[in-house]
Amino acid sequence: MTEGSLITDVRELSSRASVIDLKGDVTASAERTLADAYTRASGRFTRTIVLNFSGLEYMNSGGIGMLVTLLVRANRQRQRLVAYGLNEHYRQIFELTRLDEAIGIYDSEAEAYAEADAP
Amino acid sequence: MDSQPRDAAYWAKDVTTLKLGPVPAEAVNLNVTGRRVLGPVQGFGRMWQKTMRVELPGAEVTPAEVIRTWKAEFQRFWPERNWFYAPLTGIAPGEVALLNLNLPGRMRLSTGVLVLYADDESFTLMTPEGHMLAGWITFSATAADDGVTVVQIQALERTNDPLYELGYVLGGNRLNTRFWVETAENLARRFGVEPRVQSQVVCVDRRRQWRHAGNLSKNAAIRTFLWTLATPVRRLRGRSG
Repeated sequence: MTEGSLITDVRELSSRASVIDLKGDVTASAERTLADAYTRASGRFTRTIVLNFSGLEYMNSGGIGMLVTLLVRANRQRQRLVAYGLNEHYRQIFELTRLDEAIGIYDSEAEAYAEADAP
Repeated sequence: MDSQPRDAAYWAKDVTTLKLGPVPAEAVNLNVTGRRVLGPVQGFGRMWQKTMRVELPGAEVTPAEVIRTWKAEFQRFWPERNWFYAPLTGIAPGEVALLNLNLPGRMRLSTGVLVLYADDESFTLMTPEGHMLAGWITFSATAADDGVTVVQIQALERTNDPLYELGYVLGGNRLNTRFWVETAENLARRFGVEPRVQSQVVCVDRRRQWRHAGNLSKNAAIRTFLWTLATPVRRLRGRSG
């Protein structure tokens, strides 16, 4: 199992939405990094977390599992998870694992933001 | 521009429904072909993460060698009276295996798994509609800082429907955990190590997803039971035909 590193950056789109930029490898070993980023992205009024996968370089099944547990956490806090920046390969993985049924996938940040800003 | 990511060869591709290859004549082949896979998002019961770890001290074996052996001899490490009919091409991304499992009360269950992901040091199996569990299980091996190879089994799962959930609450959860502990023990013994398995069971999500209660319509245990009940009729028809 090749395990590398994940770098995250958190940006606030509005009081109701934040973006987590992901760069590097999404594997189980990045669990703490992603959880910390999620905590930083979750403000009191945050209703949507946008995951930016443009910098994704590698993902294994442990990484997909980590996204599922992140989704559970978001649901518990009544937040939505949406994603953009997935290339064709990773889109197919989201479809195969049926994660796309719970995490909305968009082509661009603007589209994801529009979803995030929707009442 | 989409350049090919370095994990591209490890994932199953273009799988919409499962297609099972040839299986031995003695196997019960039900509930696999034509089924879609289900992740933990599509399951019904509480979500569990189960992790079993066992170290292989003294075994001169690399993580890649462990995984190669595990893939080649997967059936050998399962508890007795449970059958994993591996694909002819072995455990590789996109391949489908048939499972014949023994349930409490001498019931049998025919179902399958998809090899969702496989690299040199891990592989992941994902379950289809009708299986007891919706989710996946990853088998991996890593080298610890002291050089000892550590084997891990990690499942992320929900039961698939209300009936399976009831069974899980009434002891199925404990039996399932025991199943994978035994598997880890058998693997360790294969490499000459007296096993000391550490297991951790965490309820990740306590909520039951009632919107997926309809998964019951594809329950593989019920379908296998009905198929077993009808066996004498099929035999009679076979003789008269």
